[in-house]
Amino acid sequence: MKVDLYERIWLWLASGMIAAFLFAVVVGATSHAVHPPSHVEVVDPAKVYSDSEFATDLGVTPSADGGVTVRMVARNYVFDPPVVHVTAGQPVTFRMTSPDVVHGFQVVGTNANAMVIPGYVTQFTTVFHQPGEYLVVCNEYCGLSHHLMQGRLIVEEVAP
Amino acid sequence: MTVASSSAGASTGAGVVAEERRPAEVHRLEIHHFFVALVAFGLGAATAIMQSLSRADFDLPMRSEKMYYISVTAHGVLLGLVFTTFFIMGLGYLLARRCLGRVEWERLAWASWYLAVGGTLMTTLAILSGSSTVLYTFYPPLQAHWSFYVGATFLVIGSWGWCAVLLRSLVVWRRENRGVPVPLPVHGMVATAIVWILATSGLAVEVLTMLVPWSLGLIDKVDPVIARTWFWWFGHPLTYFWLVPAYVVWYTIIPRHVGGRLFSDSLARVVFVMFILFSTPVGFHHQFSDPGIDSGWKMLHTVTTYMILFPSLVTAFTVIASFEVAGRLKGKKGLFDWIGALPWRDPFFASVALAMLSFAVGGFGGAINAAYAMNAMVHNTAWIHGHFHLTVGTAVALTFMGLCYWLLPRLLGKQLVLPRLAAAQPYLWFLGMLLFAVVNHWTGILGMPRRVFSARFLGAEVARSWETWTVVSAWGGVVLFVSALAFLVVVVGTALFGRPISAPALDFAEPLEPAAPSGVWDRFLLWFGVAVVLIVVAYAVPLYHLYTMQRFPSPGFTPF
Repeated sequence: MKVDLYERIWLWLASGMIAAFLFAVVVGATSHAVHPPSHVEVVDPAKVYSDSEFATDLGVTPSADGGVTVRMVARNYVFDPPVVHVTAGQPVTFRMTSPDVVHGFQVVGTNANAMVIPGYVTQFTTVFHQPGEYLVVCNEYCGLSHHLMQGRLIVEEVAP
Repeated sequence: MTVASSSAGASTGAGVVAEERRPAEVHRLEIHHFFVALVAFGLGAATAIMQSLSRADFDLPMRSEKMYYISVTAHGVLLGLVFTTFFIMGLGYLLARRCLGRVEWERLAWASWYLAVGGTLMTTLAILSGSSTVLYTFYPPLQAHWSFYVGATFLVIGSWGWCAVLLRSLVVWRRENRGVPVPLPVHGMVATAIVWILATSGLAVEVLTMLVPWSLGLIDKVDPVIARTWFWWFGHPLTYFWLVPAYVVWYTIIPRHVGGRLFSDSLARVVFVMFILFSTPVGFHHQFSDPGIDSGWKMLHTVTTYMILFPSLVTAFTVIASFEVAGRLKGKKGLFDWIGALPWRDPFFASVALAMLSFAVGGFGGAINAAYAMNAMVHNTAWIHGHFHLTVGTAVALTFMGLCYWLLPRLLGKQLVLPRLAAAQPYLWFLGMLLFAVVNHWTGILGMPRRVFSARFLGAEVARSWETWTVVSAWGGVVLFVSALAFLVVVVGTALFGRPISAPALDFAEPLEPAAPSGVWDRFLLWFGVAVVLIVVAYAVPLYHLYTMQRFPSPGFTPF
């Protein structure tokens, strides 16, 4: 196929740019372990409040890696518990599920952003460096009061 | 009068017969499709303005949560599915009739039109009745009334009829034209049809095996992650089903319209084939934040998603080079003065040029959405609707609107009314999108979620930082609404009161160098096969895992 010289140069530049994008993604994933939340674990949505870890251990508990585990239930139209306290600089592992429809869990101003889907456990680990009060919003339409579904994450300074 | 422009008529010189009939008669089928598309456009635009005002918390008379979420559903379905599908079907028939000299199986085409219109009415009524407020993504366990899903199914089956007619017309044409390259406009539309067949196969599984029986009460529960996986098998190639026809306009119609030549015919074919290959095996980039899917598969879909940047970058060069050729043919010699020689007051050219400009911005936004981990920054924020209003809402919709200005005299034999309003309309749309779409990218970065009736979050402090921007985006919505009205006034005005003229020819761009004989890029069956292999690689294992692992599916929940 005959391709004009300038267009050939453009095609090489385009390929180079795509390669650079992919390189950045792969380096981030392999050397910095930057992955989207992709935990595979199931839970019976009908038994979230009666017969699961979410029935007994909601909220913050210490975890093996020296950080904390935050167990939350997202349901129409609240996050349970609505306010969570964690410490800055400490690994926080979120474990969440939903007993009804799909919800989103987004800590505004951070990269903590995951779907909460009934029947599945959403799990990811992150670290909050900036102390302060963060708004948590549901970012997946879940019904008439979707826009009111919110919580708070309080990141406290490390005790001296 | 002949009974119908059947295949027999076509092979014995349909051209001669067509010349004698009025264009509106020859193109009745196409006009019916464009008509439905424009009605859906008008209704969709009417539901839109209230949404952008609502998010900024303007106190409007009719405003309520229920109205808002119903109108979001109606807006998405009417514009994303109905307007686009009918417009694209009309365009496909038109290009086949003009470039292949035939529309085979025209009765099937009409039956498909009736079915698709019936389905559209059914779904629209389900939405307006308030029984199906599930938005256009209809993620279970939110459950709509069965007529919502069944109506949508009829629309899709109607579009399959369109695919069959288009492919049949190509096959018959090829038998008579061995070795001749497929006319480029038809090449692009056939690629569109193949993308659509690949896309809707996933939707069919979701709707027919899960949502329809579930909404009818035949099965109790469905698995939300499996449903989302089938949905996004469909949802991403859907965007290329919209985009490729716009590219057909950019490659084959607009260069001629501005007096230029198509810079490269063969690269255009490569572009269309790449869309067949890479449109579908990419859906997990919409599910990066979903549980239940291993990150390795999400990474694979990231790679295939980036492949699809390539054909769009090729298009950027080829189409702009075709414009430069037009400027040079008008005698411009400087580095950039050919840009000024282009007809910026022509509504068709202005629409396409502004559509391309928006797509340049929207395309890079798309590269960020697809970026595996960076996606977490923008997922389900206002960035997302900002993004697709630049891409489908401008690159595609503005191209289609501009094309209407070109089509009206050619299909109806009437002169455009209010040419100044028509000339201003694309610029208004572009301005509206700068205010609406670009600003929503920014509020998304600031953390504002999408699809919210109000963005105040009961006065939360961070939500106050979004307030100025939601007001700007509301004004963007107003400008867009005015632009949509201007467009409809010109279209309806021309159809009703346009001065009769002899219809200009439906002509297409000639390539700078004559097209090579039919080669490997015209072998659609081959590329379809390769695309199927890529889809199997991308989806077989993760779907197998989802279907075989222990799961707890969900009963339905009606939103309100």
